[in-house]
Amino acid sequence: MAGSAKSGNVIVKYLPVYFVLLAISFLEVFLAYQHFSTAGLLAFLLFLAVCGAMLAVMYFMHLAHERRSLFLTLIPALIFVLLMMNMIWTDSFRLLHMRPFAH
Amino acid sequence: MSETEAAMQGHGAMLEASPYAIPSRKLTMWLFILSDAVTFGAILFGYGYLRTASNDWPTPFKFNPSILNVMIMTVVLITSSLTMLGAVDAAKAGDKPKATRFLWSTILLGVIFAGLHLREWFSMIDEGVRLFQNPWGSPLFGASFFSITGLHMLHVVTGVVAIAVVSRLFTRGRLTPGHVETMGLYWHFVDLVWMFVVPLVYLLNISR
Repeated sequence: MAGSAKSGNVIVKYLPVYFVLLAISFLEVFLAYQHFSTAGLLAFLLFLAVCGAMLAVMYFMHLAHERRSLFLTLIPALIFVLLMMNMIWTDSFRLLHMRPFAH
Repeated sequence: MSETEAAMQGHGAMLEASPYAIPSRKLTMWLFILSDAVTFGAILFGYGYLRTASNDWPTPFKFNPSILNVMIMTVVLITSSLTMLGAVDAAKAGDKPKATRFLWSTILLGVIFAGLHLREWFSMIDEGVRLFQNPWGSPLFGASFFSITGLHMLHVVTGVVAIAVVSRLFTRGRLTPGHVETMGLYWHFVDLVWMFVVPLVYLLNISR
């Protein structure tokens, strides 16, 4: 079974990524119990989540090993759509302060 | 037949090289993942909207059992991504028994994750959380919690079933290693979404 001789090292190869992802998850829990403001905590957690997601996409999903054209087709479009969704925040803050016609 | 003649007869796509150099099934999975990421993005933004607009948003998650349970679920899901990598690698190397073992390890971890998730749900339901009511504050908490975690769990359960089918058909020789790899892309995406669900839904709402 010549093929099987080639397999088996991938787990070892990706163990560093695995441990970094676990470390990110535990760091998030640690930060959640520190006394940050909600906005500050959100910023920290989102930053760490994006880092974890990038690691997963680039290495577990092998996007780093694909042609750059695939990355350029998928990722900027996704970021653009997600950024466009941010326009809801002014309205949610307006509702929070119950100012129906606030500027 | 020249390339121009072939293109005029509708065979142009056969002559044109793929700009991404990947099989069409893999590209299709990437496009599905892109659309699914937008779906989860929209539902998480919607949750953020509700949370920001409510001044009595509850923060019910205690370290034990909720956050501890979530940490175990995270370890289980990330480990399942690792076993899926092993499955893809073994499948590409032509080692079917090893690929099947890894695939079933992934299935087992997925089932454990779903079981832990159900335990979390039943714990919340026991405390009085329903889709549109809860004992603590904004009634929309339950709707957003069950919608987001429910959509994710639907992906996990679908993935477990799909991996079982792929494993069986791959063992019988009816599917190729490429199919296993495409299945792996989906499973890693499920893992990736969880990385956003945990901080936004659980860690921002811990009980102090």
